[in-house]
Amino acid sequence: MQWNSLVTQLFGPYHGMRAAGDFLQGEVMFDGEPITVIGTTHHAPIGVELALAQARVVLDTITRHAGRPILLLIDTQGQQLRRRDELLGINRAMAHLGAAIDLARRRGHRVIGLVYDQALSGGFITSGLIADACYALPEAEIRVMRIPAMARVTKLPEDKLRLLSQSNPVFAPGVQNYVSMGGVRSVWQGDLKGALRDALASAPSQDLRAQDGAQRGGRRLAADVIERVLSAD
Amino acid sequence: MSDVPAGLETLDFSFSGGRPAGTFAPVLVGVVGSGNLEVMLEPAVGRDCIVRVETSARGFGSIWRAVMNDFHGRHPLAGVRVSINDMGATPAVVSLRLDQAVAEIKGGRT
Amino acid sequence: MISYAECSARERLAQLLDADSFKEWVPPVERVTSPHLTQLSVPCAFDDGVVIGRATLADRTVFVAAQEGAFMGGGVGEVHGAKLVGLLRRAQRDRPAAVLLLAESGGVRLHEANAGLIAVSEVMRAVLDVRSAGIPVIVLIGGSNGCFGGMGIVARCADHIVMSDVGRLAMSGPEVIEASHGVEEFDSRDRALVWRTTGGKHRWLTGDCDALVEDDVAAFREAAIAALDKAQPLTLDALEKEHDLLAQRLHIPPAEDAGGDDATFLWRALGVADAQAVPDLAVDAIRALRNQ
Repeated sequence: MQWNSLVTQLFGPYHGMRAAGDFLQGEVMFDGEPITVIGTTHHAPIGVELALAQARVVLDTITRHAGRPILLLIDTQGQQLRRRDELLGINRAMAHLGAAIDLARRRGHRVIGLVYDQALSGGFITSGLIADACYALPEAEIRVMRIPAMARVTKLPEDKLRLLSQSNPVFAPGVQNYVSMGGVRSVWQGDLKGALRDALASAPSQDLRAQDGAQRGGRRLAADVIERVLSAD
Repeated sequence: MSDVPAGLETLDFSFSGGRPAGTFAPVLVGVVGSGNLEVMLEPAVGRDCIVRVETSARGFGSIWRAVMNDFHGRHPLAGVRVSINDMGATPAVVSLRLDQAVAEIKGGRT
Repeated sequence: MISYAECSARERLAQLLDADSFKEWVPPVERVTSPHLTQLSVPCAFDDGVVIGRATLADRTVFVAAQEGAFMGGGVGEVHGAKLVGLLRRAQRDRPAAVLLLAESGGVRLHEANAGLIAVSEVMRAVLDVRSAGIPVIVLIGGSNGCFGGMGIVARCADHIVMSDVGRLAMSGPEVIEASHGVEEFDSRDRALVWRTTGGKHRWLTGDCDALVEDDVAAFREAAIAALDKAQPLTLDALEKEHDLLAQRLHIPPAEDAGGDDATFLWRALGVADAQAVPDLAVDAIRALRNQ
C-alpha cells in the first residue's frame, strides 16, 4: 500500500504528513489526541542519515510532548550497503535509534510499529522490532535477506531456499508467519483505525514475543530455553 | 531436487572390555566448524563405551569404525558415552580430539 | 601472550574469568540444539554455539556469554538467541556486578532466518533492559569473525566495548557490500581498507569502542575488570550528546573529496596527529592518540 493511502485511511485526508525523500514524518490527530508518526518509504535503505533523522524526531517527541504515542511506518530494503556508512558507524547510528525508541517507551510513550510494505533485517531491527509491538498489513513481507545473497552466504542452493520460503515458517516471508512466530503481534485487516486504536490500548510494554511464539506454535523453543536459564542452579 | 543434501549420517558403535572410567564431569572438546568436530564424553550406565557420530560427510562409515577401533585400543573405556558432531574432519583430527577429550577426564583443565 | 583471536569461546572464558569460578547454564550435556539446522542437514553444536553462565571476575560475580565464531560464523539462531535472552533476563533478576558478552558473530544465523531475526531483536531489548536496571553490559570483540549484523547493533547497545586491533565491529560485511555495489564501492580483499573501515583502531579513534587492547586474553581480562564499575545509564541527555556526535560525522566529505581516503580524513578531523601513520602504529601508540 502507498504510504499516503495508508495514512489517509488512518488519519483522514488532512493528516499533515509529509515525505522528504524516503523519510516520512508528521504529527497527526487520532481520536482527538496527537500522535507522532515517523517512517520510511520507497523501500528505503537505512543509512546513518536516515537512522539519525528518525532518532531526531523520537528525541524531540520525548523532550516536547510527554506521553505522546509514536507510530513507526516501515518500508525498507534493510541497512544501506555502502562502505561510507560502515566507516561512519551505521551500527552505532542504528543502536542510537533503537536506544531513543527504548527510552521513549520507558518514559511512557506507546511506540507502535507497522510494516506496511516490506521490512528487511537491519532496517527493521531498530525500528519495528524495538517498538512496544509490531504489526503488519496483510500484503507486507518481512525478510532477513534476499534469496540470491542468502544462497551465496549459506551455500544452500537457491532452489532449495525458494522451496523453503514457500513451506517453512523459518524462511517464509509472509507476515502471518511472523505472527505465528511472535515477531508480529497481529495483522491489520479491514478496519485500520480500529486496529490502531486497539494497538494503542493493548500493546504490551514487556517483551512477550517468545511467549507468543510458543503459544502460537511458530517458535516453540525460545520461551522454553529462556525459562531453563532462569531456573538453572 | 538432486542437489538437496541427503541428510546427516548417524553412526553408532559400541565397545566392550574397557576399564571403568568412574564418575566424571562431562567433557567437551573441539568446535563444529568446517573440517572440524566436537567430542563430548559423559558417564554412561553399563560396561560399554557407546559412541554416536552425527556427520555431514556421508559415506565414511568404515573409516569411522577404524578410527574408533584404534581409539578404543588406545583408551579402552567402560561406562562412557562418546557423542560427536562432525563437519568433515580428517581421521587425524578426529583421533586428536578423542585423545584430548580423554586427557580432560583424567585431570586436564577444562 | 595468548591470542584472544585464536582461542575458542570456551578457551577465552577459561583464561578470562577467575580460575575455576565458571558455572555453565544449559551446558552441552543437556543437548539443547537447533531443530532448524537438523532439518537442513547441517551438524549441530551441543551448546548451539554459545556458552553462558555465571563466574567471578576479580572476585565480583558476573554473568557471561561467549559466542563460538567457528560454529556457523557465530550466527544467532533460535536457541542461541534464547540462551542470551535468558542470561540477560536472569541478570535483571539476580543483579550480578556486570554482564560480559564475548561477541563473535555475523549476526542473524541465515539458516534460521526469521527465527534468528526475531531472536536478535529480543537480545537487543534484553540488553537495553539490563542496562536500564543499572547493570553494566560489557562487550568484548576480538575474534577473527568480528561482530557484525544485528550483533553489531547489540554491541552498541551495551555500556562498554573492549576491542583488540584484530577485532572488527560493523553492520554489513565487506563481501556483502561488494556483492551489492561492486568492488569500487568496497574491495573486500583489501585488508587494510577493511580494517580502516571496521577494525579496532578505527573504532577506538572514532569512539565507537571504549577500550583498545592487544590481541591478548590477559589484556581483555584487565580491560573487562576496569569496565566493571562503568555503567552508563541511557538518559535523554546522554542520547542528545550521542546524537550531536553522530550528526557531526555526516559532514565528513565523500572519499573523492577527502584526499582519497576518508578514514584518514576522518581521523584527522577528529584531531588525530599523523593520521596516515595509524595503520602502522602499535596499539599503545594508537591509544595515546585519542582524548579519553
